[in-house]
Order: sequence, then C-alpha cells, then structure tokens
Amino acid sequence: MNILKLSTKNLLRNKLTTFLNVILVAFGIAILSILFLASTQIGNKLEQNAKDIDLVVGAKGSPLQLILSSIYHIDFPTGNIPLKDATELMQNPMVKKAVPLALGDNYQGYRIVGTDSGFVGLYGLKLSAGKFWSKDLEATIGSTVAVEAKLKVGDKFFGAHGLSDASDEHKHHAYTVTGILQVQGNVTDNLILTNIGSVYKMHEPDHDEHVVHSEEADIDNKEITSILIQYRSPMSVVIFPRMVNQSTNMQAASPAMESARLFSLIGVGIETLKWFAVLIMAISAMSVFISLYNSMKEKKYDLAIMRCLGASKSKLFFLVMIEGLLITVSGAILGLFIGHLAIQIIGMYQESAQARLTGLYFVNDEFYLIIAGLFIGIVASIIPALQTYRVDIARTLSKNK
Amino acid sequence: MISIQSLTHQYQNGPNLNFTDWEIQDEEQWLLLGASGSGKSTLLNIVSGLLKPTSGSVKLNGTEIYSLSLKDMDRFRGQNIGIVFQKPHLIKSLNIYDNVALASSLAGIKLDKARIFSLLASLGLENKKRNFPDELSQGQLQRVSIARALLNNPSLLIADEPTSSLDDENAENVIDILTEQAKENHASLVIATHDKRVRNRISKEYLL
Repeated sequence: MNILKLSTKNLLRNKLTTFLNVILVAFGIAILSILFLASTQIGNKLEQNAKDIDLVVGAKGSPLQLILSSIYHIDFPTGNIPLKDATELMQNPMVKKAVPLALGDNYQGYRIVGTDSGFVGLYGLKLSAGKFWSKDLEATIGSTVAVEAKLKVGDKFFGAHGLSDASDEHKHHAYTVTGILQVQGNVTDNLILTNIGSVYKMHEPDHDEHVVHSEEADIDNKEITSILIQYRSPMSVVIFPRMVNQSTNMQAASPAMESARLFSLIGVGIETLKWFAVLIMAISAMSVFISLYNSMKEKKYDLAIMRCLGASKSKLFFLVMIEGLLITVSGAILGLFIGHLAIQIIGMYQESAQARLTGLYFVNDEFYLIIAGLFIGIVASIIPALQTYRVDIARTLSKNK
Repeated sequence: MISIQSLTHQYQNGPNLNFTDWEIQDEEQWLLLGASGSGKSTLLNIVSGLLKPTSGSVKLNGTEIYSLSLKDMDRFRGQNIGIVFQKPHLIKSLNIYDNVALASSLAGIKLDKARIFSLLASLGLENKKRNFPDELSQGQLQRVSIARALLNNPSLLIADEPTSSLDDENAENVIDILTEQAKENHASLVIATHDKRVRNRISKEYLL
C-alpha cells in the first residue's frame, strides 16, 4: 500500500466533493484549451490560405470583406471590376504574378471560382485524378468537394447562381469534372475551379449563345471579381496599394494587414474568455483548498495513527499533497479531453467548411495547461499539507475521540 | 527488554510528573495502574515513543529511543512497538485487510499476506477482510487494531485502556487475545487500565 493508493482511497471516500473539484478544474482548463485550439487553428488556416498572396485588388468597399471573399471564400465579394482595368494592372512591372478571380456561382454551397492556370501555381495545386480544366465548362474540384458532393471525374453538375444558395440553377450549361485535386489543407479543398470563360457563359443572356464573339471584342464590357497579386519585390508593399487606391477605381487590400485587424477585433472577446477561465481556475484552487483544509480536521486521527504505525511527517505531507495534485491533474486531463471534444463537435456543426476546426489537433500550449493543473494542486494543498507537521500524535490519540 | 530510568515530564503550565524506574523483561506481561490524571497516558506515550520526556531515558532492546531522529523514531516505533488504543482508530477509507496491511507498508517492512491472513483468522476476522470499518462492531474493530499492532512482530505491545468501551464478554475476549497473542508473538505486554476485569488476569503491576 503506497501513499498514492492511500490518497486515491481517501478521495474516493468523498466522491461528491472530489467530483465537484475535478469538474471545476476541468472547466477552467477546457475553456483555455478551446481558446488555444481554436485561435491556433484559425490563425494557421488564415496563414496557409494567404501564404503567397501579397495583395488583393477588387471593387471598392470593405477591405476586410474583399480579403474574406477572395482569399478565404467566406464573405460576399465587394462587387466587380472591369476586366480592362484589371488586365492593365496585371501587366504592371511591379507585379510578379497576378491571378484573376471570377466568383458568383456555387454547387451545393461549394464556390465555383473562375480563374486561370496562374491559380494552380499560386497555391501549388496537385491532382489526384484526371487533369486540370482547359476548356469552357470543364471543372477541377477540391478534395473535400469530391468527397462531400460525391463527384468523380467525368460527372456533370449544374452550378447555381449565388454563393451559397442552390435555388437558382443554371440549367443551360452543365460543368464536367475533369480533375480532382489532392488534399491541400487549405481553402482550395472546398473550391470548384474552372476558367473565367465558363463563368461568363453562365451569365450570358440566352440569345448571345448563337453569336460568335472574339475575346478581344468582349474585353471592354466584361468584368471579373478580383485579382490576387504577388509582388516582384518587397519594395512594392508601400507604393503599389497606394497607386491602386488613388489612381484607379479599384481598391487594394493586404491579407496580412486585414488578418491582423480581424484578430485585433475578435481579440477582445478571446481576452475576456481567457480571464473568465483564469477566474474559474482560481475558484477551483480555492475549492480544492477548502475541501482539503476541512477534511484535515477529520483526518487528524488518521494521520496520527499513521505516524504511530511508522509513517514519517514528510510521508504524510506528501499524502496530502498528492490528494490535491490528483484532483487538479485529473481535472486538467479531463479538461483537455473536454476541450478537444468540444472543438471536434463545433467543427462538425460548422457551416463554413473553409475554416472547419478539428479536435484531433494538439498545440504546445496545452502542455502548459497540465503544468497549470500541477501548480493549482500545489497552491491548494500546501497549507493543508503543512498542517500535518503540526499534528501532535500523543495528544490527538489520547483524546479518545 | 525495556527499561526506563529517572524519567520526568513537565507539561507546559501543567504538573511535573516523576516516574519510578521500570524494567520489563522479554515476554513479561505488566499492568500499568493509576487513577486518571496520575500520568498513565503520559508514561505510555513516552514509552511508545510518541512523547519526548523532559529528562530521563527509555531503552528498548538497547536502543535509546529519544536519541533517534524524528524520522528514525517513527520507523523504529512502526517496527518494534505495537500500540492498541482505547478506540480502534481504523482508517475509514480502507477495508480491514488494507488497514492491517498499512502497518507493514508504513513501517517499511515487506508485506506478508500470509501473516495478515493468519492474524485475522486467529482473531476470528477471516470473513471480514473485505469489509470496511463502519460495517464492524466495536469488539471486532478492537480486534482489528490488535491485529494491526501485532503485524510487524513488535517486541513490545502496548494497550491503553483497551477494555474501557467494551462489555464484559468482549472485555474478557480482548484480554485473552492480548495475553495470548503477546505470548505467541514473543512480545512483552503492557496494559494501562483502571478496569477491575483486567486486574485479576495479570500479576505484575506498575503503580503510579
């Protein structure tokens, strides 16, 4: 019989108190771990998706909205820009790579993105089956789209107007799946890629189908949604956005700046939750302390007997310490489990597949939560444990209680 | 062999107690008699190594016990002295077997399951091993505490008023058990009591 077993049995004797204390610790830890997991995962997703994109140019409006719609494919686009202006900008010497985007349609909630082959290079896309789109109405779909919408190479589907609604289908033209992408771990898993021509074709009036247009003749009145831009040199960071915002009818938004702004907006909420969790943990430390302290009165006889049977003072000190630590460490482990479970469940109910959270993800900060559990245990049990040194065995046992 | 010499104890703001010298040979059985307040418990606590006397010496098998460090004394007591209190003082969260087994693990002695089983059997408790203290009667609990005191083959078994809370039958039993078990385990026995039921069972007396 070692002191660990003895501590466990003591705790099991007061099941309800032990349960309450473990739950209190677990809640504090769970809230913190949810915060850690969610903010790290969201941060990583934001970073991955915007990795090689220096600037987004689109219609005037909210820069955050432009970033969200063109990079993360969450919000609605700010509007359209004339293809003529866009082409002009794409040929600017400061631009190393420019990828045009034409948004506006979806299939079962997955966005159809009209773009060119530059998109493949920008995101480093690889195929797991078939080939990339080349002609109008050919589509290459992301891995998640393939699984969730049960599409395979050669299948046909109708796009629907809008970015999430399936009520208004373009019945005249069906897309053909020509390729399926490998899992990329970013937003492209949830996209359907096609060329810009296909998107135009969807939105042409019916009678236009019989008229043959040349690309050059069309360019004057055609529009796209936005351009993703990579600079040739970091020097352009200052000049290029200003040039776009001042001299054209378009706006430029930097993903890095807008993500930082977004985080500072939700940061207040995260901070509040963090302090709330710390408060819960402080309360749990107090609760563990009070339970141990109260049980010391009753335990005085047990401790005196154990001294009589040959236990040293330090052994009894650790006996009480271990009781406190068992509560808080098991609370911490339970809390981490609840945290991961909660994130997993949140992920399952999330609507936007682009930022889906998973509970099967671990961050280094969680290690500190276990340390925090240990620390709370030590703080809560040190005073009751030190009391064991003051027990006068002779007097306690001859009181005949 | 236990010997106490020129022992005195002064309680803070209390009486000054002087004890006459006392020698207990191996396997001798003694009664410690005295009115309440005469210092019976004090002497017992001093002999069991629980209370450091103001002056004087207590030797157990040649070891001067109050010259040991606190930690060594705890261990020495666990290994050499078995104590039976007026109340059984069992640990409520442990079952009977674990309560007895605790004596060997706390004293740092290897667990001897067979000895625990045979002790419990000889005290008529073989069916209660898995029960918890609150499921046993006072008499049974007192026997468990005797088993616990005897587990480590102590050379001295001390009982402090072991019969005061028991009825006649149980008191007889406990005295029988204490004297028999002390003999069987080759331990010296000291019973502190003011109980008449005990007095006519043991001849050697130390009067306070």
